[in-house]
Amino acid sequence: MPDKEKKQGTNISRRNFLKGVGTGTVAATVAPSVLIGAEKEADAQTGDAVASATIQLNINGKPYQVEVEARTTLLTVLRDGIDTSGTNIDLTGAKLICDRGECGGCTVMVDGKTVYACMMLAMDAEGKQITTVEGLADGDNLHPVQDAFVQHDALMCGFCTPGFVVSSAALLSENTKPTLEEIKVGLSGNTCRCGTYPFIFDAVKTASKKM
Amino acid sequence: MASWGEASESRLIGKRIPRLSGKDKVTGKAKYTFDINRPGLLYGRILRSEVARANVVDLDLSEAEAMPGVKAVLPLVEVGRQIRYQGQEIAAVAAETDDIAKDAIRRIRVDLEELPFVVTEEDAMAENAPQIRDDWAGNQSEPNVREEGDINAGFEQAAVEVEATYHTPVQTHVCLETHGHVAEWEDDENLTVWASTQGVFGVRNDLAGHFNLPANQVRVITEHMGGGFGSKFGPGVEGRTAANLARATGRPVKLMLTRKAEHLVAGNRPSMTQHVRAGATSDGRIIAYDMKGYGTGGISSGAGFQAPYVYHVPNRRTERRNVAVNVGNQRAMRAPGHPQGAFAMDSLMDELAEKLGMNPLEFRRINDPSEVRQAQYTLGAQEIGWHRRNSVPGSGTAVKKRGIGVGSGQWGGGGGDGTQARVTINADGTVEAVTGTQDIGTGVRTAIAIIVAEELGLNPTDVMVKVGDSGPGLPSGGSGGSQTTASVAPVIKTAAAAAKQKLFERVAPQLEASVEDLRVGNRTIYVVSDRTKTIKWELATGQLGMESISEGGHWDRELRQGGVAGTQFAEVEVDTETGAIRLIKIVAVQDCGLAINRLTTESQINGGVIMGLGQALLEERFMDPQTGRMLNANLEDYKVPGTFEIPEIKSIVFDTHRKVTGVGEPPCIPTLGAIANAVYNAIGVRIRELPITPDKILTALAEKKA
Repeated sequence: MPDKEKKQGTNISRRNFLKGVGTGTVAATVAPSVLIGAEKEADAQTGDAVASATIQLNINGKPYQVEVEARTTLLTVLRDGIDTSGTNIDLTGAKLICDRGECGGCTVMVDGKTVYACMMLAMDAEGKQITTVEGLADGDNLHPVQDAFVQHDALMCGFCTPGFVVSSAALLSENTKPTLEEIKVGLSGNTCRCGTYPFIFDAVKTASKKM
Repeated sequence: MASWGEASESRLIGKRIPRLSGKDKVTGKAKYTFDINRPGLLYGRILRSEVARANVVDLDLSEAEAMPGVKAVLPLVEVGRQIRYQGQEIAAVAAETDDIAKDAIRRIRVDLEELPFVVTEEDAMAENAPQIRDDWAGNQSEPNVREEGDINAGFEQAAVEVEATYHTPVQTHVCLETHGHVAEWEDDENLTVWASTQGVFGVRNDLAGHFNLPANQVRVITEHMGGGFGSKFGPGVEGRTAANLARATGRPVKLMLTRKAEHLVAGNRPSMTQHVRAGATSDGRIIAYDMKGYGTGGISSGAGFQAPYVYHVPNRRTERRNVAVNVGNQRAMRAPGHPQGAFAMDSLMDELAEKLGMNPLEFRRINDPSEVRQAQYTLGAQEIGWHRRNSVPGSGTAVKKRGIGVGSGQWGGGGGDGTQARVTINADGTVEAVTGTQDIGTGVRTAIAIIVAEELGLNPTDVMVKVGDSGPGLPSGGSGGSQTTASVAPVIKTAAAAAKQKLFERVAPQLEASVEDLRVGNRTIYVVSDRTKTIKWELATGQLGMESISEGGHWDRELRQGGVAGTQFAEVEVDTETGAIRLIKIVAVQDCGLAINRLTTESQINGGVIMGLGQALLEERFMDPQTGRMLNANLEDYKVPGTFEIPEIKSIVFDTHRKVTGVGEPPCIPTLGAIANAVYNAIGVRIRELPITPDKILTALAEKKA
């Protein structure tokens, strides 16, 4: 073979990197409430020695018990996780868009603060109050931010909308009367491609009057 | 003759109505393809080439196949074939979890013999460049030459001439929901696919052909989709692969592109480089135009652009070529060819006007044949405060300098035949409207509800609209060319009118009136000659008993019209010390025909302006000539507009007639020229390459000083 020959397939991905970090975190900080059994190690026969554990998560006021790998992100659990009782968690409002904490499509609240769920390991969310876009409305009564988004048409394709709604709600919970500049700063971690920003700003202003 | 009636008669059409899908979208209930969870779902992933050009020497899937949790591994390239760009598909896996799928593609072994490549236009056109296409000499297509008038005679009449080179780089679509599918086989011959697509029926027909199935045995569903902008028509390799993986495993498979792959292989707007020489007469007429240009659409062609654009140029010669590079192919992107062409033309217009000593707006008025834009110039100039612009560009000593500029655009958007729809009135008073179009974020679902509700005297929320599903067998075209509303609205309107007519026939005897004498009111039917005779909607429909009324419609050409004009004005502030550009305000005056829903129409104009400003100031695909790789295939280094970039945007729905026209694309066109001209007006130095970034501003200012 000539020198130019190249082998592919050995790239280290961010997840893999996170996996290492995550495993360390498990041992250091969440170990008391995490069950890491030898059989779980054995389950991970991928050759990557993936550790897994069963953890408790409180999502939108409801307790869930899920088995996760150390590398599993909070976003993956929300969207694809299966409760140990066999139910799909299926909270698909938060989206994976950029996959590296740049676009805010996966924004959720953890203990009242916005986080990028794609950048948080599920194990690190244990014992915390997780609020997703599905948990903002009170039954049929929309959160003021949600209602204002609809009235102002602050959405088009809607794919980024859950992230913007959660960020807007979090912004207004800290600052009930933000200026336009403060709205721009508060939502600067979210990206929209359809170009709904002007009506999002209007919607947040309208919602702020009801806070 | 069919008509939409007068504005004064419209209860709903032309008003601001929140979209029907709004509640689902703000609560997270709206299910996109990416959100579909099916029992037994597997996750698909594709291994892609990291090199731009190579021969495939060997492919070994065995290690991946042996991994626990991996259910299928399929080759997507044959040994002996050539890889022609980074991102090209090598193999695919389906596994129990996405993480296992990710692990598995790392266990696929592919031996590649790298070949010389070119990834920039300059390298491709260089002497002794590696030849990457057998059919093109020097990696360039045969020039497409067009001539009109007498260019030499034109230049002889010219009092002033401008010669300049304008460039726009490749831009990518950045759909927030990446291209993707969930494929599920009911049995060997019946396939259901959830697709993030702009063309439900196009995907259905492609997959039916691929699997040699009758078209009605493939069902494609697109309830909601997260952005397409022209890049999401057919199923592509990834859609066929999802269906193949599902077939191989007997389980549903979800396969979404990664963000990186989305940049690499899911389409892009081609680059444009044009060298123009143009002349104008002393009384302000463009008289001669000579343009040689090229662009790259990747390994394929399709790098066309509009030149000249919008303005009347009697004597002209244009020569265009495609340049091939080892990069993923272009796809249609929001008004293909227009924004690039508009940027160059509007820059050129201002350069000619300056040489003539004319106000650029006056110069446009002389050369613009569109009566609509002539009116828009007046309105837009008023809104932006055109009189405030620098009479001498770049004048003043302030560090932060402001300027105002103008740009123009045009588009078709008149729709086309081929949509089938059904409007059904049920005995319980419910109403359904069904058609095979798809809502790509423009709000066509709501527009359909508005039209039916207006026709039947109901509220939009009373109408159950079913779109984005090939199941009912009512085809409609792909959502491209700003054609959707103009294609669908006439069919829906005539279907609703036919259904109303049938209902009138049922209730006329009871109301002791002729059918012609009946009208709909607010959830009622009444006799126009005797308003005391009236029947409530539910009582009228109740007479249907076990039946329902279900009517189709037709594409009545009288209800739609193509051809829209647009004008935009921009005000910018440039920091001459840092080169930072801050947009102050953009006024977009957009010819919209009859806007079915003024609110969602304004959203579309805002969106076009914002995509345009991204292209003007931020977006550029960077290819590394050394490695052949894209350097910014993410959302961190590939900049799309965020909250800080958004100025005050005044979107003006400019009503010209009462026929339906599409406006998805046109508002992204004039933004580029308006911003480029505003920057020039602020600092007196012209940037002829997009995006206009601080480094270019500072370099240009330094060159001017020197």
